[in-house]
Amino acid sequence: MKDIIEGRVWVLGEDVDTDQIIGGKYLTIIDPEELKKHVFEIALPEFAKGAKRGDIVVAGINFGSGSSREHAPQALRAIGTGAVVADSFARIFYRNSINLGLPTVEAAGVRAIFEMGDPARIEMRAGRITNLRTGASVTFPPLPHHLLELLEVGGLVEKVRLELEARRGGAPA
Amino acid sequence: MSTNGGHGGTLAEKVLARASRLDSVVPGQIIEGHVDLAMMHEQGAQTVGPFHDMGATSVWDPDRVVIAIDHWVPASTEGAAVLHRILRKFAAEQNLTHFYDVGNHGICHQILAENGWVVPGDLAVGTDSHTNMLGASGAVAAGIGPTEMAAVLALGRLWLKVPPTIRINVKGNLGPGVTAKDLVLRILGDVKTTGATYKAVEYGGPTIEGLSMPERFTICNMTTEMGAKCGMVAPDQKTYDYLEKIAKHAMHPIQADKDAKYERVIDIDVDGMPPMIACPYSPDNVRPLTEVVHEHVKVDQAFLGSCTNARIEDLREGAALMRGHKVHAGVRFIVSPASTAIYNQCLKEGLIDVFTEAGAVFTNSSCSACFGGNMGILAPDEVCISSSNRNFPGRMGPKEARIYLVSPAAVVASAIKGEISDPREFGL
Ligand code: SF4
Repeated sequence: MKDIIEGRVWVLGEDVDTDQIIGGKYLTIIDPEELKKHVFEIALPEFAKGAKRGDIVVAGINFGSGSSREHAPQALRAIGTGAVVADSFARIFYRNSINLGLPTVEAAGVRAIFEMGDPARIEMRAGRITNLRTGASVTFPPLPHHLLELLEVGGLVEKVRLELEARRGGAPA
Repeated sequence: MSTNGGHGGTLAEKVLARASRLDSVVPGQIIEGHVDLAMMHEQGAQTVGPFHDMGATSVWDPDRVVIAIDHWVPASTEGAAVLHRILRKFAAEQNLTHFYDVGNHGICHQILAENGWVVPGDLAVGTDSHTNMLGASGAVAAGIGPTEMAAVLALGRLWLKVPPTIRINVKGNLGPGVTAKDLVLRILGDVKTTGATYKAVEYGGPTIEGLSMPERFTICNMTTEMGAKCGMVAPDQKTYDYLEKIAKHAMHPIQADKDAKYERVIDIDVDGMPPMIACPYSPDNVRPLTEVVHEHVKVDQAFLGSCTNARIEDLREGAALMRGHKVHAGVRFIVSPASTAIYNQCLKEGLIDVFTEAGAVFTNSSCSACFGGNMGILAPDEVCISSSNRNFPGRMGPKEARIYLVSPAAVVASAIKGEISDPREFGL
């Protein structure tokens, strides 16, 4: 995880639930490369074709509510999303994203300071998000140590891998 | 028991203290919780990859893992068949014998409920957001994603942030034709879909104590729609009676302390409460059913199913209303029991005939029309009246289709009349 994340933003509304991120009919797809073609099909149809690696998703309150489908953050990660920022998140989406190593930042008031396509800078440790076009910024409480550590090693798979390795006393693979 | 900075613990705090092997925990604290039960449905197929990537070789405790396939049963697409295949192979490799496969299948939460897999004091996790339903047994039961499940399978534990608790006290009597579903819709109308995000919800008071276990499952099920981490009812004699013969492991009958500290207390009096309905496009867009009935909303499809309301009690109630009536011309009425055991019970009691002779389609047990990925999908301009738990845009297919959430009785009443109707018109 980088401490400073910069990218162009895509702005979504409030209460974007998992059905709007990735529809029920795509849930049998396992390949993230295939999944990413359908991301935000309902909420923001231009995204799947137009998004570039490093782009930042900015949303209102309760982003990712609804089901536990990890397809939602997986599709966002596959498309190369640099970070997901929202006024607030639904619980399982938030956990899933962090576990996948996708920087996820809850910052109340963030949606109001961005318009589609604005350049953004996120300072993960300092806890600040700035609109580089307007200069407006909001602050957020930096993630707890435990979660920063998870993002730093690249997600839960890596973290458990290291733990199991340490337990076996084996050399790193 | 022990105190948390001078006061006692809520039910969730005390269960999580047990899970983390600590004397007490406080909201906001990050803990490592030991898992008593892990459940996977089709999404568990995505657990297998990360499990191997972690370098894990064996599941921490095969006896604590349940696999129940439910979204596409039997497989309706090649993709679903592949997910099932991955799970069967993984189960065989890992000696996971508690696999509820086609023929013995059911909606994952109902499988856990009717087989006693979650008991008081447990920390249970599942790869589905409505795992919250099992909190009705006095457990902390939460949904997690498949990567996280891989870590649970490898280690038998996961990180959790101890949630603050909202206490909801309910008093008063539910009138005729007014059900636990109407009560939880009423609560959702107050608490809203974000009102309990990251929080535990503890239901109590005389009305909750008076509810049966199936009714408590319905209430805890829709706690998910409030954004909560878990919804719980303290165990009592009803819990123990329900679990007595079926509990799969030892119960820890934990109760909240009298001096527990709640973030918020909500008091509800249900005396005189009418049936409720959640209108498009959110489960918290709740109105009294009586108001909506006056708008004469025509329905194209009626769905009596899902983990919220397709238990034997729901189907009995539905059949009692259906008897002597026909499904309205132009309405597709889909009835899907929540498990094979319930299906078989319907068969024994002659309930299937009641529905099919009235013109309904009675399907095998699965999630069925609930999620727009298997069957019972709507056309864009259609309306569905449903006993399920979600009505977000796109939930049953196209984003324009409109879903109304009600009790099983109101689904049947609407199927008979062809428009959204109040079951009390049928003399309930
Ligand atoms: S019945 Fe519906 S809500 Fe319940 S597990 Fe199945 S898809 Fe999810």
